[in-house]
Amino acid sequence: MSLTDRPATDLLRDLSARKISSVELVKAYAERIRRFDGQIKAFLHLDIDAALAKAREIDARRAAGQPMGKLGGLPVAIKDVLCTQGIRTTCASKILENFVPPYDATVVRKLKEADAVIIGKTNMDEFAMGGSTENSAYFKTTNPWDTSRVPGGSSGGAAACLAAGMAPLSIGTDTGGSIRQPAAFCGVTGLKPTYGRVSRYGLVAFASSLDQIGPLGHTAEDCALLLETIAGHDPRDSTSADLPVPQYTASLSQPLQGLKLGLVREHFGPGLDSEIEAAVREAVKDYQSLGATVKELSMPHSKYGIATYYIIAPSEASSNLARYDGVHYGYRTDEKAMLDELAAKQKQLESAQDAKKLAQLDTPLIRLYRKTRAEGFGPEVKRRIMLGTYTLSAGYYDAYYLKALKVRRLIRQDYDKAFEEVDFVVGPTTPSPAFKLGEKTDDPLAMYLEDLYTVTLNLAGLGGISVPCGFTKSGLPIGLQLQCRPFDEERLLQAAAMYQRATDWHTKRPSL
Amino acid sequence: MPDHPYDLIVGLETHVQLLTDSKLFCGCSTAFGAPPNTQTCPVCIGLPGSLPVMNREAFRLGLVAAIALNCEIPQFTKWDRKQYYYPDLPKGYQISQYDLPMSQKGWLEISDPKGRFAAKKVGIIRAHLEEDAGKSLHDEAAGKADSRIDLNRTGTPLLEIVSAPDIRSTEETRAYLTELKLLLTYLNVSDCNMQEGSLRVDANVNIHIHTPQGKIATPIVEIKNLNSFRFIERALAYEAKRQFDAWQETGRKMGDPGTFKQTRGWDDAEGVTFSQREKEESSDYRYFPDPDLCPVRTPTAEVQKVRGGLAELPAAIRHRLEKSHGITPYDSDVIVAQGRPLVDYYEEVARIGGDGKKAANWVTQELLRVLNERNWSLAQFPLTAAALGELVKLVVAGEIEITRAKEVFNDMVAHKRSAGESMAALGIAKVDTSELEAICREIVAANPKIVADVKAGKQQAVGALVGQAKKKNPNANPNDVRRICLEIIGGM
Ligand SMILES: [Zn+2]
Repeated sequence: MSLTDRPATDLLRDLSARKISSVELVKAYAERIRRFDGQIKAFLHLDIDAALAKAREIDARRAAGQPMGKLGGLPVAIKDVLCTQGIRTTCASKILENFVPPYDATVVRKLKEADAVIIGKTNMDEFAMGGSTENSAYFKTTNPWDTSRVPGGSSGGAAACLAAGMAPLSIGTDTGGSIRQPAAFCGVTGLKPTYGRVSRYGLVAFASSLDQIGPLGHTAEDCALLLETIAGHDPRDSTSADLPVPQYTASLSQPLQGLKLGLVREHFGPGLDSEIEAAVREAVKDYQSLGATVKELSMPHSKYGIATYYIIAPSEASSNLARYDGVHYGYRTDEKAMLDELAAKQKQLESAQDAKKLAQLDTPLIRLYRKTRAEGFGPEVKRRIMLGTYTLSAGYYDAYYLKALKVRRLIRQDYDKAFEEVDFVVGPTTPSPAFKLGEKTDDPLAMYLEDLYTVTLNLAGLGGISVPCGFTKSGLPIGLQLQCRPFDEERLLQAAAMYQRATDWHTKRPSL
Repeated sequence: MPDHPYDLIVGLETHVQLLTDSKLFCGCSTAFGAPPNTQTCPVCIGLPGSLPVMNREAFRLGLVAAIALNCEIPQFTKWDRKQYYYPDLPKGYQISQYDLPMSQKGWLEISDPKGRFAAKKVGIIRAHLEEDAGKSLHDEAAGKADSRIDLNRTGTPLLEIVSAPDIRSTEETRAYLTELKLLLTYLNVSDCNMQEGSLRVDANVNIHIHTPQGKIATPIVEIKNLNSFRFIERALAYEAKRQFDAWQETGRKMGDPGTFKQTRGWDDAEGVTFSQREKEESSDYRYFPDPDLCPVRTPTAEVQKVRGGLAELPAAIRHRLEKSHGITPYDSDVIVAQGRPLVDYYEEVARIGGDGKKAANWVTQELLRVLNERNWSLAQFPLTAAALGELVKLVVAGEIEITRAKEVFNDMVAHKRSAGESMAALGIAKVDTSELEAICREIVAANPKIVADVKAGKQQAVGALVGQAKKKNPNANPNDVRRICLEIIGGM
């Protein structure tokens, strides 16, 4: 197995034993990036020289016997929605094309303190809105298993760079499935932590009550390593939980006794690809052969998940994205052209003596806002800003936003009930495997339905993981999703690791 | 009775900056007057990814004020986003409180020592916390001129106190604001400095016109940014008349189709209010709960703790001074209006001087005169309360007469001397009774005409003798001279 195909924890053992150096690792991944990123386009930003310099420094410290952080020189790719001090952070949006944060996100700071080597910033759907990474304002990322297909999204670059062997660890974010769905599409493991497990400070907000940062890796163990590095209470994030962080890697090899799994009836209804259903049912059998019992249960409100999500998330997004107005930072429309245009329009209306339209003509400030936002945001972001502005408007708030909050509570109650009977809810991560580039770009609703099995978890604020559980006949990866009780990531990872010890789907790599 | 056929109806929205060291949701300083944009961080300038964290001290100050304003404190309150676009609002929304404010349904009692209105309770609808916006510096008239934005103020904690429309005159308006300001400064909640913008007032005003058909209410107008008490009084007086004139002209009243709550500004130079915008245009702030902040719970025990630790409030101090020192409501009002340090000062003077009323006279007249003349604060006043108390004590004991005591006071202030030192320097000593009698005998003997006048019943004629006695000895006490001379004449 080549260096770049190996799980991160495996590489870390060799780093610690000084069998390999961090510089060697960075060079190996840089070589993969050089060869394949032209095709995959996973990275929005790369600075191999800076990564090498950091790797050299870490190697020197290790050689000198100095204390070493938990990640000890492992390269990590970061989704371009986390602020990195001094490194452009765009959220794959034109409106932040020139934004260089003066500070690090808490997760980035923790990675640096753990001696990670930041190898680059990965592509995504603009402001994490989308399920295919086709909404990036810069370029589309492809799926390493079939480059005519999407890698999923919004953390498409994060999953694709792992699958393509261009990084051993990757940080993603999940608002409605944005870690789990690309992990499933790209045949890697991705974990969405319980809301509050990881600080959101420095994560550019899409939907604040749903966003959560999480790890992607080849194995549950990789995710455990990365999660224990980034998790924990942060005084800068009032919504982060003040709970101790278990050492996930330490307990990972303990098999779970008497495991009870719940199969949600509603997750096996119309719309589910038959190959995916077969693979998931096979995975459930694997668990049974490992001693698990399986119970079928119902989550009656899950059918409202998409509708609820597409009210709450755009509402929050419309507010969170109000700050991108061209005044303080980021993209601003060409002011001179804007003022000239406004003056011409005014002249035209004056000569036409159209007093009514003259009175309605934008002030320069309003026109600056309008043009900046019209030019700076892509269509999907605009669509969601409009949706959210509508649902929060006076007269509609109660019917949409308030109602959605009530349904959200009912969805959480469905989970609470389920977890009275089972330890984990298992099912498919996605209804279908990776689709063709462009296949759904003209049909937003079809794209939204990609989140069918993932959004309810965000609405309930719980944790979940997607692990590879097979392939379609055409060779596309399939993901198995496990969902857990609040802050039960330790056992979630144990359950995933147990499955990965018994299967080898997670060891498969695409040939590029 | 008012000279116009209507009642003025006023409700006030008062924003006060809280006296915290740091901003409401970040650690930046709230100090006034720093160079522009030097007191900012990713949170208060709304950089992508930054998150607010509530300043507990700001919340505590809000609680102190709300409790002192007799408000109910709900056990559960939350933060909401008020959304609108403006360059001095970098997030595109202001974090405020909408439907579950931290306090509501209180009152503030106002009274007038001059008796122009009866004491009354002005209702407080709500008091809630919110963050301040930045400052825009621009030439609005020019339109195209560059604007500049200072974000130092952005995120400064504000308490918005909304009164019920219970205020009925400009005098009541002034009394409400004065009392509110006093209350908040006594509690150290705010310095209420209007020049620095730490107290800002918007007034909702209309009039109820008396007609044979009953009362008619005019549409409510909100007058924005009234930044001095004088502006407020002038603006209210102007606006009441303007609304009356407008009603006479158009007959438009509250609730008529097409009437909106109008926002007007005050132009003090012209002495007029002017229309800023019809509120209808931008009334939808799309409030919703801020998902970045947790709701705040205030247990009953915490409310009780704050209530128990509350400083003595101005109204209570006034009552106490009147009761225990026997001073008039007017004097207690003057003393309390100067702030807690003067109250403490006065009480010390009264204690040492042994006469609350006389102490009040010295403090409210002589001391305040000096402070006003020299533009001093009490801290700059050279005499300790004990020193002034000693002087009062001498006056009370009749050791020195009042006009001479004022000379002594001026000398004490000028040279930072004790009463005894000043008296010595001015050659003031109490005249021995036998010496005074000798002087009186002498001048009575030398003024037979005055003696005759007094004997004829013109008692006031003895006044001329007082002047002569003072010439012989400036320390001669006029009252004593008058009494002794009358005794001598009576015995003749
Ligand atoms: Zn700040």
